[in-house]
Amino acid sequence: MLKVTRPSTAPVPALGAPKNRKAKTTGAQRRAVFLFVAPFGVLFLAFYAVPIIFAVVQSLLTVERKGTFGPPKQVFGGFVQYQQVFQNSEFWESVGRVLLFGVVQVPIMLGLALLFALLLDSPLLKGKKFFRLAFFAPYAVPGVIAAIMWGFLYSPSLSPFDAITSEVNFLSAELVLWAVANIVTWVYVGYNMLIIYSSLLAIPTEIYEAARLDGASNFQIAWQIKVPLVVPAIILTGVFSIIGTLQLLAKPQTLRSFSSAISSTFTPNLAVYTTASVPNYNLAAAFSVVLALATFVLSFVFLKATQRKVSQ
Amino acid sequence: MSRSAAMLIMGVFTLYFLTPIWWLLVSSSKTGGEITSTAPLWFTADSTSTFLANLGSLFTYGDGVFGRWLANSALYAGLGALLGTLIAAMCGYALAKYEFRGREAIFNIVLSGVLVPATALALPLFLIFSEVKLTNTLWAVFLPSLVSPFGVYLARIYAAASVPTELLEAARLDGSSEIRTFFTVSTRLMAPALVTIFLFQFVAIWNNFFLPLIMLRDQVLFPVTLGLYAWNSQISQIPELRVLVIVGALVSILPLIGTFLALQRFWSSGLGAGSVK
Repeated sequence: MLKVTRPSTAPVPALGAPKNRKAKTTGAQRRAVFLFVAPFGVLFLAFYAVPIIFAVVQSLLTVERKGTFGPPKQVFGGFVQYQQVFQNSEFWESVGRVLLFGVVQVPIMLGLALLFALLLDSPLLKGKKFFRLAFFAPYAVPGVIAAIMWGFLYSPSLSPFDAITSEVNFLSAELVLWAVANIVTWVYVGYNMLIIYSSLLAIPTEIYEAARLDGASNFQIAWQIKVPLVVPAIILTGVFSIIGTLQLLAKPQTLRSFSSAISSTFTPNLAVYTTASVPNYNLAAAFSVVLALATFVLSFVFLKATQRKVSQ
Repeated sequence: MSRSAAMLIMGVFTLYFLTPIWWLLVSSSKTGGEITSTAPLWFTADSTSTFLANLGSLFTYGDGVFGRWLANSALYAGLGALLGTLIAAMCGYALAKYEFRGREAIFNIVLSGVLVPATALALPLFLIFSEVKLTNTLWAVFLPSLVSPFGVYLARIYAAASVPTELLEAARLDGSSEIRTFFTVSTRLMAPALVTIFLFQFVAIWNNFFLPLIMLRDQVLFPVTLGLYAWNSQISQIPELRVLVIVGALVSILPLIGTFLALQRFWSSGLGAGSVK
């Protein structure tokens, strides 16, 4: 129940199944396994494993020129790039910015998603199907399009809410990060809500009946029974949200045409893109490696921390 | 919590979620000047004709490049997700239903692939593709989209839960080959998971921005998101593009909403598979 990353999928050994039957079919099965796994394996190697290795190698190379105008040559530079990464204040500012973003936006988004899922699962609501679709609809809006739409809605001259936008400039340097946070929340709350909701639907209803016989209120059932049971779903959405936060690119990049407050290094991924178009691929590769490691570590720490809390 | 409080919360948030889409629909039926000068959330008297005129200019502007973008997105996302789902399903199914050496190792590697940010892959992919002269081609966007580690993960847990081993044994006794059993028996049992994987991969590819952004120069190869992004960043020089961006944005989200509505019956039952175990 609590393992999210590795659900216990080990097939239950068929009791009393004769062992020799398995041995007889092994040859054909082995060929089948190869045919099933090979296509994904090849593509995974080509478009995941090789690029990762390539990025690591690139990040360790550095460009050297003979004289000022000599032809550039890539030589092994060790950790020169990484030294530059750690000295690059713009990159670390962008990391700090998305971390602040994540600390605020992810709990709000997941809190709302949980609330909506619990309401959808409660006997209180009418028109559940409508709400489910209405809340999920923004997920069908690509990030770029969502940013364009909200960019118009935020713009003082175009916004239908000019009573608000004439008072508060959402595209100013102070607020633009939260303007992006609102777009991300708008797009993904419904998606997260549905994941949590479908795991609520999987809980056998006898549990609630038993609790009700014991005199539990709807609120107690929700808070003390439902929430603990959907923790795995919340952890899953949490990990995806952390990855998404560190990957922020399309929305701020698009909003740049509405707001001058978004710099070319606003998020780590924007910094990578900007560095790569300079072009300094080696430094961009080092940024990517650091970023991928950070994503890994954060997701892992989050998984461990939440699982420990659950098992107490 | 009372019924009315619950309905109030959901009602307020319905406004939050739907108002931007409603605004997009209304604005698509206005001329450039009307967008700022008329009531922003309601139609004008000649909405229908303006909408049709906007739609017309959307598909004729720049030699009808918008139509190309839509077709490109349909190809990248439609065919990409279809093939990607099949490939992920076969792998996940093999990991769930066969015991072989290296099974757990493969699964763990694939799982860690879920955590690798797609943007971290895009840059090295660009460098590799430029070595083999594949940048600025359809393949540069299409091929990497076929890989879905999350699809394998979902297929594995769903196959483990929904394809009974006894059934596979029975098919074997009947003389059905492993491949045939997969395509005729197992894929049917895995249908909700397959639809879910397809949809989420479809959305992921349709929304993908960074990969096409760095791979493609030639705008006839752009997916619709990148095309609209390019138009949107030119609005300050070419103001008439504003209307096209708005109506183009509306047209580009309709296929996704349509796909979700059409397949809703199937995917909602597969959605929980990733989290409930």
